[in-house]
Amino acid sequence: MSIEIQGINKFFDNFQALHDINLTIPEGQLTALLGPSGSGKTTLLRIIAGLETPEQGRIGFSGKDVTNLHVRDRRVGFVFQHYALFRHMTVAENVAFGLNVLPRKERPGKPEIRKRVDGLLEMVQLGHLADRYPAQLSGGQKQRIALARAMAMRPEILLLDEPFGALDAKVRKDLRRWLRNLHDELHFTSVFVTHDQEEALELSDQVVVMSNGRIEQVDSPLELYGRPDSRFVFEFLGQVNVLSGRIRDGVMRQGDAWIRLPEGCENDDAQLYLRPHEVRLAQAASDQSHLPFRIEAINLIGAEVRIELKPDGWDCEELWEVGISHTEFNARQPQRGDRCFAIPEVGHLFCEHDTEPKTLEWKRR
Amino acid sequence: MKTRKHRRVGDSPLVRRTLIGLAVTLTVLLLFMPLVLIFVQAFTEGWAGYVSNILDEYTLHAIGLTLVVALLTVPLNLVFGVFLAWLVTRFRFPGRKLLATLIDIPFAVSPVVAGLLFLLLYGSNGWVGQWLGEYDIQLMFSWPGIVMVTVFVTCPFVARELIPLMQQQGREEEEAGVVLGASGWQLFRRVTLPNIRWALLYGVILTNARAVGEFGAVSVVSGNIRGETNTLPLQVELLYQDYNTAGAFAASSLLAGIALITLVVKAIVEWRQSRN
Repeated sequence: MSIEIQGINKFFDNFQALHDINLTIPEGQLTALLGPSGSGKTTLLRIIAGLETPEQGRIGFSGKDVTNLHVRDRRVGFVFQHYALFRHMTVAENVAFGLNVLPRKERPGKPEIRKRVDGLLEMVQLGHLADRYPAQLSGGQKQRIALARAMAMRPEILLLDEPFGALDAKVRKDLRRWLRNLHDELHFTSVFVTHDQEEALELSDQVVVMSNGRIEQVDSPLELYGRPDSRFVFEFLGQVNVLSGRIRDGVMRQGDAWIRLPEGCENDDAQLYLRPHEVRLAQAASDQSHLPFRIEAINLIGAEVRIELKPDGWDCEELWEVGISHTEFNARQPQRGDRCFAIPEVGHLFCEHDTEPKTLEWKRR
Repeated sequence: MKTRKHRRVGDSPLVRRTLIGLAVTLTVLLLFMPLVLIFVQAFTEGWAGYVSNILDEYTLHAIGLTLVVALLTVPLNLVFGVFLAWLVTRFRFPGRKLLATLIDIPFAVSPVVAGLLFLLLYGSNGWVGQWLGEYDIQLMFSWPGIVMVTVFVTCPFVARELIPLMQQQGREEEEAGVVLGASGWQLFRRVTLPNIRWALLYGVILTNARAVGEFGAVSVVSGNIRGETNTLPLQVELLYQDYNTAGAFAASSLLAGIALITLVVKAIVEWRQSRN
């Protein structure tokens, strides 16, 4: 089932939580609503479920208008951030709840319910916990039971609110993979809310980035990371190095730092955004750029050596970060305080008088 | 090697012994002795005397009336309290905080004043009472009046127990239930009620204890008609004023007995609540 969201406005008293949201969530895909806290992502998820009512706009499921359909009749699966398991029911009773409250005519018989619950618990690999109470489970187990409970009604749409937010790193990683597999197997349409960029990029087919109640960008993880539409998306998704300066005659300059830009850049105030992997480190400046730094810190842990750089003779708000391979690090043995130069390879230029960012490339010589 | 006993700050033996001694003395003098004395006085004429005092026509009637009042008041306030707690904790509307405060009025107002207010409003000269009088309905100085003031005096108990609990538990479980397709009634019966049952029972016990023992408000509206509008607490006073000490204490022993049972049940419920 696809989800169509048209012109949604939502207010809490005088605060506008969502501004004119238009979005289509394609059938069978895993979509992430990504944003900082207060960006309206959870509100949007609750509106899709029917737990909140928007002041304006319409929600459709595969073309059918469900705006005025009660939560109870929307038949979506919903996994709450803090699981919301029924504390006085056993795990099996929790999972069976949706089936037990069906009208008598539609309700399967007791043995059938038992069988379906067993099947669901098998699916989340927790069959041995059927008679436990929620208080006796770990966070990861509660999360999987909450999922099994949501799946019991065989929903075509599964909504998850910060599904891995309250779990520790290891469990989070396992559950993420497990959810991805489950999704690939059953092909329901899922939407999950997260504030964790890595989680959104790793897990989803489509990412919706939100801030201040507005949608910033909707794209595949690859496009989103490679070609962000706005400064917000750029800064929100991973580490970024920024050079702010003024463009005059094809050269961007600030203090001792300058970069020769490819042709077609107007004179303007601008900011150049570069990802850590889009920058090389060198002992000397090139004829294309002059970006002097002092090495501030070296972090050896991980697949790459991360080097933090402090501008030398110019300014930036946050330190730059560049990754080099361990082999290169061992060959050159850079030390804290060493002077070095950053050589840009790819950059994204945001001009003051231009809404669209420009992606620039410099040839290696 | 000499071992030293570990002591916390303020834990000096002198302070501890003084405090324990004081607490025990006060409890015995002010709480335990009077309770024992009730039963001693009740049995001054022996077992047979006690039984005949209890089986006194008017005392029996007072027992019956008290039970009727409690039987009507408790279910009424049970429903009302749940409704009120649900309203205050699950909905947002203007005046919600004010309503939560107004619930406490019966606690703040002296029961005698409450009784007088009802008399003013529903008595034969009162605003509502005059209008009802035209239809030959008399509420004051008869059992409906007694039930009305008792309901008033005891109505905060259930809501007061439920509101903090329901606030703390939040509405997430109910939302989970409704997403899974439960109707309003199913939600209440299968999700809300099981979560609040111990607090609810606790509220009911308190309501019952107060409904049985209420004196001030009831004495204003009952009219003290022997064998008609006398509840057990009023009967105790009446017997005492008639210099029938043994009879008064026999009746009192029943109230004391109910109080003791209430305490035991309350302790059990509290224990269950802390275990959940």
